[in-house]
Amino acid sequence: MSDPMQEIRNSFFIECDELLEGLQDALASMEGGDHTSETINVAFRAVHSIKGGAGAFGLDQLVGFAHTFETVMDDVRSGSLAIEEHIVQLFFQCADMLSDLVRVSRDGELLSEDEMAPLVNQLKALAGEDAAGGAEPEPEVDFQPMGIAIDLPDLDLPDLDQSDDAPEEESSAGAPADQGEAIEAEGADAGERDVNDASALSHLFEITFRPEPELYRTGNDPLFLLRALEALGRAETTCTVAPSPDLAEYGPNTSLLSWKITLSTNVDAAAIREVFDFVDGLCLLEVTKLEPGSEAEAGTAPAQPADSAPEPAITASPPAEAPRKAAPAAPAPKPAATQDTPPKAAPKPEADADRAGGPGQASQPGATVRVDLDRVDRLVNLVGELVINQAMLSQSIAATGLSGNSKIATGLDEFQQLTRDIQDSVMMIRAQPVKSLFQRMGRIVREASASVNKTVRLRTEGETTEIDKTVIERLADPLTHMIRNAVDHGLESTETRLAAGKSAEGHVTLSASHRSGRVVIEITDDGSGINRERVKSIAESKGLIAPGQDLSETEIDNLLFLPGFSTAKEISNLSGRGVGMDVVKNAISSLGGRIAISSQAGVGTTFSISLPLTLAVLDGMVVTVADETLVLPLSSVSETLSIGPEDVRGLGPSTQVIRVRDVFVPLIDLGTELGYSQPRSKYDGAIVLLIAQEDGKRAALVVDGIEDQRQVVIKGLEESYGRVPGVAAATILGDGQIALILDPTDLLANASGRSRPEPNLAIA
Amino acid sequence: MSLSVFAVDDSRTMREMIKFTLLQAGFQCHLAEDGQHGLEVLDSVRPDVIITDINMPRLDGFGFIDATRAREDTMSTPILVLTTESSAELKARAREAGATGWIVKPFDPDKLVRAIHMVAG
Repeated sequence: MSDPMQEIRNSFFIECDELLEGLQDALASMEGGDHTSETINVAFRAVHSIKGGAGAFGLDQLVGFAHTFETVMDDVRSGSLAIEEHIVQLFFQCADMLSDLVRVSRDGELLSEDEMAPLVNQLKALAGEDAAGGAEPEPEVDFQPMGIAIDLPDLDLPDLDQSDDAPEEESSAGAPADQGEAIEAEGADAGERDVNDASALSHLFEITFRPEPELYRTGNDPLFLLRALEALGRAETTCTVAPSPDLAEYGPNTSLLSWKITLSTNVDAAAIREVFDFVDGLCLLEVTKLEPGSEAEAGTAPAQPADSAPEPAITASPPAEAPRKAAPAAPAPKPAATQDTPPKAAPKPEADADRAGGPGQASQPGATVRVDLDRVDRLVNLVGELVINQAMLSQSIAATGLSGNSKIATGLDEFQQLTRDIQDSVMMIRAQPVKSLFQRMGRIVREASASVNKTVRLRTEGETTEIDKTVIERLADPLTHMIRNAVDHGLESTETRLAAGKSAEGHVTLSASHRSGRVVIEITDDGSGINRERVKSIAESKGLIAPGQDLSETEIDNLLFLPGFSTAKEISNLSGRGVGMDVVKNAISSLGGRIAISSQAGVGTTFSISLPLTLAVLDGMVVTVADETLVLPLSSVSETLSIGPEDVRGLGPSTQVIRVRDVFVPLIDLGTELGYSQPRSKYDGAIVLLIAQEDGKRAALVVDGIEDQRQVVIKGLEESYGRVPGVAAATILGDGQIALILDPTDLLANASGRSRPEPNLAIA
Repeated sequence: MSLSVFAVDDSRTMREMIKFTLLQAGFQCHLAEDGQHGLEVLDSVRPDVIITDINMPRLDGFGFIDATRAREDTMSTPILVLTTESSAELKARAREAGATGWIVKPFDPDKLVRAIHMVAG
């Protein structure tokens, strides 16, 4: 195991991420009008816990900011500061700052104070306003670790332990009250120790200590206080037992004992009082310094029982044993049951100790296990191999011509099902809710809207939708860009909105949902919609399309994805930083995703991203073309048809279309397209796969035959071969043969001009 | 037999730090995530010392101490409050509920260990 503190530190940062997520949630609820104390408390606790942990690792900057933040939040919690819109917005900014601080702290770095100053000052101003009214003088001191009773070099704890343990084990007593047995030995011990350096004991104190019943109620035990005193020097202790009250007045906390201790020590009165820190106010305590040189007198002090009370006093060389026996009711309010249990309970702690690692995790809903991603990926790879292996086995067995009802065949079916289930389950491990990603977008919206002076509210839907972790990570950049675009270009200025009869506040909605085996993420704004005239004229002026070219609305919208296109009148400092929608498009494509736009003038624009659930496997259709075996993603094939003699029509010299229920769809011969074969003279007997594209266009791919529909494991090619147009990846088939997995959208986009009259519109 | 210490804190980091400190010091260690969970654990564990945070979901430290003091088997078990706050008001409330002592976060491991010995031998 590596350095345990390092592990705890790592785990702290993981917890921070969770806490920050909770904080965002709570703030979003507060923004939505939920001002219940529980919601505010959740937010407060998140900041508070981050502060607490950060303190433990000496992350002072993080502690400082969290503390300032927490102070204001506490005012909100206590109701002295009203929850207003601007406060919630400030909290959001603080949450962002906190998240930045956590991030840099993780790398052992700091944020510049300048960067933090504006927020910190706002927070302090808020706290200050409050302090003026409610006088809270100690927020900064508040975090000083306070002294714990015994902070003294003399106190030799291990020794104390050992001397405690020996007699304890004999009496097999676990309850603290029973440790009184040990005190005699310990007292003698301490005495010996002190005698050795008696010459050094320069001060003499007389301490009177009389517990109030309250002291016992709070679980304090005078025995341990006396012991701590003894550890300070040489103590002579006298115990006085008050006359017993009537039996009726006896209670578990009845206080009958008081002590007078004469202590020779090197420490001062403050250190003595510190011993009684926990019981301050729960006892009568007098600490009087005696004149130096009166040590002899002190020695006789215990011999003068009458000086404190007329009651019978027990002179204590072995100080506490007698009182314990004399007044069992007093220091030991343990119920009788306790005495009986230790032997019975003894084996139990061991059993429970096993659970100590995470007792809570198991019993709480949403329990989690943290596993290294590498391990999961190893598992994913192994399962991938298993799938291939299973496919090979199926194929070999099929080749033997066994009947479908044979035991082997049924067994194989079950094996196949199980393999698939295992694969799904393993993929689920990698899946994460998109929530964390969406939360990051909240910040983007806040920052973007502030910099262009618009009021924008982000709504999120379907945050629990799960998708592969890698997809989530790689989605962050494109999504950030699109959100910025939506705020910057999609939404109108406040004046324009008001003039158009819309709310001053613009809305951006980010939603995720499962749709037929894929995850669809939509970014919708309620802005003015795409100004197609302008898009077109820009595309013309940049030479992206021919002037006067006739384009459908969808085609115009898709111009946005062309490299070098930017509609911003002037490059704003927000979305114009060199990254265009073409980069977004490429990023989505590289994830096996597709992107589409729909826009309505005056109502708004929606960007729709459709993504595979996982990057590791694919439901594929295995087809043959000119003796080559190829795989197409099943999700892209909407229909398969066999071509009849009357179905194909020529359109111009080289373009052919196929009639599908009264609609003509351009025909693309896959073999020709990929260079496997010459154009065919007739299409009779060939099979057509109808490919539905994200933009609603359809195309018909001609193949020789369909072999199978099955799950294939994706093996990336890009590392070895770079990006091959039209090819997404490769896979290993059941017979060990390697087959290319095609990317139909890319393929059609690159298809030669024969079938696509407007190659310019093809999306690269 | 080593002392058995039961710590209740909603922060996982804090629980891990406490656990590390306690095990290093040779104590037995049990953990719970909040007051409510703490009370459940007390049904099967009888610690020599209880350490609790104050600000926790479901059942906070004050409520937990209250409930612990109301149980026969834990009515006099020492309870140390481990919290980042140290205001007199907090101490008064903690004591009112029945807390034995308090330690301020971030805690010095040695001090925590000494405080445990201080209240439980």
